[in-house]
Parts: sequence; structure tokens; C-alpha cells
Amino acid sequence: MTDLAIETEGLVKVFGSNRAVDGIDLRVPSGTVYGVLGPNGAGKTTAVKMLATLLRPDGGRASVFGRDVVKDADAVRGRVSLTGQYASVDEDLTGTENLVLLGRLLGHTRPAARERSGQLLTAFGLAEAADRQVKNYSGGMRRRIDIAASILNTPDLLFLDEPTTGLDPRSRNQVWDIVRAVVAQGTTVLLTTQYLDEADQLASRIAVIDHGKVIAEGTKGELKASVGSGSVHVRLRDPEQRPGAERVLGGALNATVQLDADPVALTATVNGHGTDLGAAEQAARALAELARAGIVVDDFALGQPSLDEVFLALTDRKGTTA
Amino acid sequence: MTVTTGKDTRSADTLDFVAPKADELAALLVGHSRPPRPSALSASMTFGWRAMLKIKHVPEQLFDVTAFPIMMVLMYTYLFGGALAGSVSSYIQFLLPGILVMSVVMITMYTGVSVNTDIEKGVFDRFRTLPIWRPAPMVGYLLGDVVRYLIASAVMLTVGMLIGYRPDGGIVGVLLGVALLLVFSFAFSWIWTMFGLLLRSEKSVMGVSMMVIFPLTFLSNVFVDPKTMPGWLQAFVNNSPVTHLATAVRELMAGHWPAADIAWSLGWSAVLVLVFGAVTMRLYNRR
Repeated sequence: MTDLAIETEGLVKVFGSNRAVDGIDLRVPSGTVYGVLGPNGAGKTTAVKMLATLLRPDGGRASVFGRDVVKDADAVRGRVSLTGQYASVDEDLTGTENLVLLGRLLGHTRPAARERSGQLLTAFGLAEAADRQVKNYSGGMRRRIDIAASILNTPDLLFLDEPTTGLDPRSRNQVWDIVRAVVAQGTTVLLTTQYLDEADQLASRIAVIDHGKVIAEGTKGELKASVGSGSVHVRLRDPEQRPGAERVLGGALNATVQLDADPVALTATVNGHGTDLGAAEQAARALAELARAGIVVDDFALGQPSLDEVFLALTDRKGTTA
Repeated sequence: MTVTTGKDTRSADTLDFVAPKADELAALLVGHSRPPRPSALSASMTFGWRAMLKIKHVPEQLFDVTAFPIMMVLMYTYLFGGALAGSVSSYIQFLLPGILVMSVVMITMYTGVSVNTDIEKGVFDRFRTLPIWRPAPMVGYLLGDVVRYLIASAVMLTVGMLIGYRPDGGIVGVLLGVALLLVFSFAFSWIWTMFGLLLRSEKSVMGVSMMVIFPLTFLSNVFVDPKTMPGWLQAFVNNSPVTHLATAVRELMAGHWPAADIAWSLGWSAVLVLVFGAVTMRLYNRR
């Protein structure tokens, strides 16, 4: 199959007694952003490192554009690029030096490498910082130089390992814009993230990974449908009324209600089961029923399911205990 | 000294930055066909250039190839000179080539430390995903280190000359001696790249390096003629690569042509590269 950028079968990596990646099957179509979503330690980075030829799999097989990542590692390296979780650039060198270094290593002549690095630094808003050491860059600037380094040769497949972890919201949006622009040019992106909204913003298909296994996979729509379309957060005025509110919400939404640490707060999932009403309408109804029962609600919010809720929902459905 | 603070940088650049639009990026990405891969030599030289840039940005790292060698020359010349050879000026004729060999071989161990600290950083992951000759990053390191060894040699010879060293071999003899020393040190450094990759922390690299380097350099003919040593020690000392190298360098600088010791030094160099180079690359690929 030539239209698959990545294909893995039963991929395994073991560190001592820890099965960091425990049999992952992925099929990533080329030309798209594929999101790999999971908490810290789920095995995302380990999986990416195997695909980028940095780690040898202990079991199973993986291929990138039809080339085996172990037997044909060199061919794979010619087509991929990696932006690691930490900056994959040399902090002691300046922005220009980093890009020229990589340009030379990719086979450009010195003048061509200089020209290319100048263009990229300008495009990424780093022209003024070009002659400063990368260790003096802000977090957002580091990410940008890192991505600039990764697209120096326009890779066919770009690995972005948690590209926005630790960034402020503005820098995060900038990285998202860059990713969209890169994908628009035909590069396939494998994006790992801890944030559901990031996967939501960028990816067309998402795999959810936990404990080294894929626990759900599909388009955004499919995943959301399986998880529930959102969750209702309610804050009461009187903590004494919480048991009553729990009963009313549970009945109205036909869902389990979580009691938050805050004694006046509750969270319930809005799922589409047994009704064709939208999430907002269901929530509005539940709110009306709370009012009818005489429960005073001070604050109310309808949000996307959080990653916690996704995991709860996914692991519940599989019948496993967390 | 100019110091740029993170705060300034942030306000100046991050806030005003607008990500490139898709069509701008298209202009950047399209039409740039990939050039052919660089040759093994070109890739290694590029990594050597990286080592030079690091020296430019962090010049303090030259401390170990400047102050340390000066200290070695002065300390051992004045400590042993009177007792071993009757006078400082006659001892330094014997000692300087030896102490040069000893110091440079000792300095090689910093290679292991820098490999160990560098490999932990993300940039190494990027190097390892590049389609280049695999040993190039390691060879580049060692090429950069050869420059450091050259600096150390120049510093020590200068200090030696100032306190009375007069090589009979003249400039040619001295240059040949230094060249042989650099070849051996390059080869010897592969032991440290191996440890740099093998051991987990900088401290353990240092510890192991000391265990290897002290016996190897002291149990040689650098300070004294092995004839004064007990038989079993002579057997070790006379066959040590450091003894062969020290003799070869000493004789070259004195204007002779010690063919056997040159051959031994080069032979050891070849063995070191073949064995430890191979182990290093195996570890590098395994990581």
C-alpha cells in the first residue's frame, strides 16, 4: 500500500520489566495529521522513537512509506524528520548556526545552507534572533527553530512529539498555525499530545494510547461519539443539596455523575445514548429539572470532555478497572 | 559581555510573530529538491565545525587544554628535576616530550564526558535521524578534540621552551612528534566515546576514566627510565602503548628516527580505532 505513511503491526518495546509499548497497530494515511493522544508515560514517545529509527523495536514490525524501520532504516531517515519533546537543536549554537549545520548535513552547499536558513528564520519570525544562542530563546521561539530545523528539507513525514507542552496559549496557537501550513504542503504529520483540544484542532484521525496499547482509534467524530459529546459542570450554592442534584442530573442525562473534590461541584457526561437531542439541549433540560427540584445552581458550564473523561469512558467501556 | 535575558527576547519576538501563511510556506517548501547526501568526510567535517562553534561560544572549555598542561609542565619539572636528573634544565630535555604525551592522553578523557552530556540532549536524536554516514557525529567530535590537543601541545611546548627545553630535532622533529601524538590521541579517544555511550552519568564516566588513565600514563617511561623498576613492572611498562608513544615522540623531537616505536604507536592506534570504534558504533546504533 503506497498511500499509508506509517503502518505498524504489534509493535513492542520493553524496558526492563516495563512494556512501554505493548503491541501497537497503527495505519496512518499519508497527507494527513494523525494524532496520538495519551497521558505521560503512555508510550507515545517510545512509539515515535521506534518509527523515527531511534529505537529498535523488541517485537512486531513497523514501516514508513513501505520501508521497514529496522532493515531499511537509512531509506526511512531520508524521508522523515523529528521534533522531539525537548528542543532538538543545539542550545549552545545560534539559530543560524543550527540551521546551517543541519543544511550541510542534509547535503546543501554552504551558500545554499546559509540562504535556506535565512529564509526559514525570516518566515518563522526569528530573523532578529538569528545570531543569538538558542539557550537565550523563549519557549515559543525554541519550538519554532525546532520545527524550522525539521522542515529544512521538506520531509514527507514529520514527527511532532508534544510540540506545545509547556507553551503559553499564544505560542501554542503559533505552533498550530505552522503545523497546518506544513500539512497543506503535503507533508504527513504524526503528532503526539496530552491535550484533547490539540488533537481536536489539528488531527483528522486520532489514536488514544494508554499503558502502551491503543485503546481507541478513529476520526474525531467517531471518538467523540464514543466518549459522549461533552460534560456538564455544575456548581451549587448549598453543599447539602448535592446528593439531590446528583440524582436529578443522573436521571436527566442518563449518565453517571462524578462528585468533584469541591463539595458544591459535580460533573456529568452528556452522551448521545437514547436520545437525538444535541448536547446543549440535553444540558438545558437537566438545568431546568434542577431548578424544578428547588436546587440552586450558581454556575454552569458545558465543556468538551477532558482527557480524564475520555479515559474513564474508554476504559469503562472495555470493562477494565483503572 | 552582553547578556540577553529571556524576558527581552519574549517581548521582542514572540508577541509580534505571525505564523507563515500556507502560501508563504509553500514558496519555502516547494521547488527545493533534496540535494544528494553529503559524503562521509563532508559530514564528519561538518560535525568538526560544530565542535569549533562550541569552543567559540563556550571558550571556558579550553581551560583543560591551557591551564592544566602548563601546570603539569611546571609541577613535574620542578618537583622531580633536581632529584632525578640533578638539575631542572637537564631533566626537562627528557621530561617535556613525555609530559606532553601524558597530558594530551589525559585530556582525551574529556571526550567521554562531553559525549555523555551531549547524548542526553535532544539534538542527538535529530542527528541520529539524519541520513548520513553513521559514525560522522563521533568522528566530528574527535576531529574537534584534535584541535584541542593541538592547542595543548602548542601551549606546553611554549612553556617548555621558556624554561629551557631545546629540541635537537628542530621544527620538523617537533612537528612530527606532535603529529604522531595527535594520531594516537584521536585513536585513543574512541575508548572514551565508548564509555561516554556506555555509562549512565557524567560522574561515572569521570571515575572510570581516572581508573584507566592514571595507571596507563604513570606506568610508562614518561618520568623515569624503566631500568630502575622491578622486572614485572618493566615487562608492563616496556610494552605499554604510552611508553612506545613517549619514546617515539621524545626521539623524533631529539632529531632521531625511532622506526620501531613509531610503528608500535601507529599499530596501537589502528587497533584502538578498530576495536573501540566498532564498539562505539555498535552502542551508538543500539541506543
